[in-house]
Amino acid sequence: MKKTIKSKPPRRRLFLNARVIDPSQNMDIHADVLVERGKIAQIGKGLPRDSSQADSKVFDCKGHVLAPGLVDMRVFIGEPGGEHRETIKSASKAAAAGGVTSIIMMPDTAPVIDDVALVEFVRQTANEKSRVNIRPTAALSRGQNGTEMTEFGLLRDAGAVAFTDGERTVADAQMMRRALTYARDFDALIIAATRDESLGGGVMNAGLNATRLGLPGIPREAEVIPLERDIRLVAMTKGRYHAATLSTSDSVEVVAAAKARGLDVTAGVAIANLTLNENDIGPYRTFFRVSPPLRHEDDRLAMVEGVRSGAIDVVCSNHNPQDDDTKRHPFAEAADGAVGLETLLAASLRLYHTEDIPLMRVLECMTTAPAQRLGLERGTLKTGSPADMVLFDPDEPWVLREQDLRSRSKNSAFEGARFQGRVLKTIVAGRTVFSRDV
Amino acid sequence: MQHLLGIEGLPPADINHLLQKAEEMVAVSRQVEKKRHTLSGRTLVNLFFENSTRTQSSFEIAGKRLGMDVVNMAVQNSSVKKGETLLDTALTLNAMRPDLLVVRHQAAGAAELLAQKMSCSVINAGDGAHEHPTQALLDALTIQRRKGTIEGLTVAICGDIAHSRVARSNIHLLNAMGARVRVIAPSTLLPSGIEDLGVTVFRKMEEGLPDCDVVMMLRLQRERMTGAMVPSAREYYRYFGLNEERVSLARQDAIIMHPGPMNRGVEIASGIADGMQSVIVEQVEMGVAVRMAVMEALQAPDPRAAQ
Repeated sequence: MKKTIKSKPPRRRLFLNARVIDPSQNMDIHADVLVERGKIAQIGKGLPRDSSQADSKVFDCKGHVLAPGLVDMRVFIGEPGGEHRETIKSASKAAAAGGVTSIIMMPDTAPVIDDVALVEFVRQTANEKSRVNIRPTAALSRGQNGTEMTEFGLLRDAGAVAFTDGERTVADAQMMRRALTYARDFDALIIAATRDESLGGGVMNAGLNATRLGLPGIPREAEVIPLERDIRLVAMTKGRYHAATLSTSDSVEVVAAAKARGLDVTAGVAIANLTLNENDIGPYRTFFRVSPPLRHEDDRLAMVEGVRSGAIDVVCSNHNPQDDDTKRHPFAEAADGAVGLETLLAASLRLYHTEDIPLMRVLECMTTAPAQRLGLERGTLKTGSPADMVLFDPDEPWVLREQDLRSRSKNSAFEGARFQGRVLKTIVAGRTVFSRDV
Repeated sequence: MQHLLGIEGLPPADINHLLQKAEEMVAVSRQVEKKRHTLSGRTLVNLFFENSTRTQSSFEIAGKRLGMDVVNMAVQNSSVKKGETLLDTALTLNAMRPDLLVVRHQAAGAAELLAQKMSCSVINAGDGAHEHPTQALLDALTIQRRKGTIEGLTVAICGDIAHSRVARSNIHLLNAMGARVRVIAPSTLLPSGIEDLGVTVFRKMEEGLPDCDVVMMLRLQRERMTGAMVPSAREYYRYFGLNEERVSLARQDAIIMHPGPMNRGVEIASGIADGMQSVIVEQVEMGVAVRMAVMEALQAPDPRAAQ
């Protein structure tokens, strides 16, 4: 497969007979897509099948959906420092299999990505080993210590697409204020976790289930309070702010209100918080221990409605590989996190099949919306943009088996889950990086 | 029944069966010759990740009275310190082929996790703030012997509900057996959603104690009475300590229980702990009997050995 990574794409590729859905153009048509030199050249009906040239390829999409490749806005990778859990290479394989063509990588590595050299390391490793685009974010504070700002300008110039302390919530209000203020001068986006460390020190959603299981709970307020604080700071600083992963109905209301006031605020939700609830934890299943925690069904429904209404902008996998050493423990002693790159699309299609959210909107939240928020020229099929695409059958039923996961870690919350909708082909800049034999 | 991991979900018929069996064991324990050989030749491992001399001894005596070989492993000073995980410990122990494993662990769900990996029966001797099923059974046995039945009684559980596995197991058991359960505690020691477990919540002893047939006190851990959950031991005693005046609010024939070890002068006055209504010592005796009953129930004893 290394050959695929390095080889030049065919000069000209024609994808025939596709249902082309592009949220960036509000397009949902039956058409052909022509790719030239890795870029979208033309979308239209009955494009000429010029197969006379040797380096020209034609592929019949058989009416399946061809959409922009997914841009996954929150992905944790173990490289550097935790390669036994996930490497850039293994994450890229998982992404390709899941139709994800761009990974936004969190800086929670060892060492933390808080320095130009580390951003360059990630970009270079990605260049050599990844079949999909990997864009690093950089830490907002040195070593994610929450007190000293990193070099936003230099890091941005090196390729960091946003600044975030990843899983850590910036506890110090003054620090957050300064980061928002300083980032504004570089037009940089601040991405924030919103979980108050003292109030949110539990291990699952607070409530009856936690009480029954005898586990310390994380109240919903542990999320809403830092979110409200941050939004007040955004109003004060006029900064650009993205709440990484929200999980409660109150949070949706807070974000909607901030948007109504005209603040530059967006928000994301992890696919787990849209498709699962705290009952899934059952008898202490640690693969369902995630952060933010799985909440009550009412909160899940509120998150779904938030995505539908537009209060929530981005749906992400929150991919967080953990191995047996961190997961095979009693629930309270296990690590947070679940892998999700390979199931992001399939799981999100549940929202379409249940008719909660239209397909166009589901795709928008994983393509156009995150790309635009990060200022990436991705998540679109507009003429001239890189041909990052996913071809999927929205209806094919399948069951996820642990042994099929390409991630180095197998901590999926969807093991054994039934899905409807499956990735057939993933294309990055015109190259096929994943293809299911059908 | 393969394991006893908790009371939640245990059918009343099973609870009754265990209590009945335990009655027999009380008789056995009161004989001069206390040894039954129903489980002789089998190995019981007591695996305690948390210190608890009383509970551990109770399980040890129960096992020995049934003829088992009992091995006590105090894990907090050994392999765990060397970084061994719970599952590694389980694999190691499993290879030694015990027939019964009794486990006490600080994390909720630990017994369940071990049970998945062990080929033998597992008895949960307390996992975090989750469950302590043999404690609830011994409490039930004590109540039943004193009151004749559990059904219809009003039972108040008082104190640190939030961190108490004893409270949870008792709430499940008492509800299953048809008692009316009250909890009385300061709000900081009440976990959220507790009402939905089928209890009536009171925040003042004076309001919760009237008409009670049983008053169950819980231990308040020292680290929780220095400002974290309640401001001080003396303030706690002032408002939630069980003294004579408060006992007099309950029914005249009410019994007073405590799972031990007690903090005299914190949650309970000395005079009450040693008083006429106290059944605290009896609880300890019932503990051995209940544990014997549970062990036999999980082990399908050799019928030839039964006396």
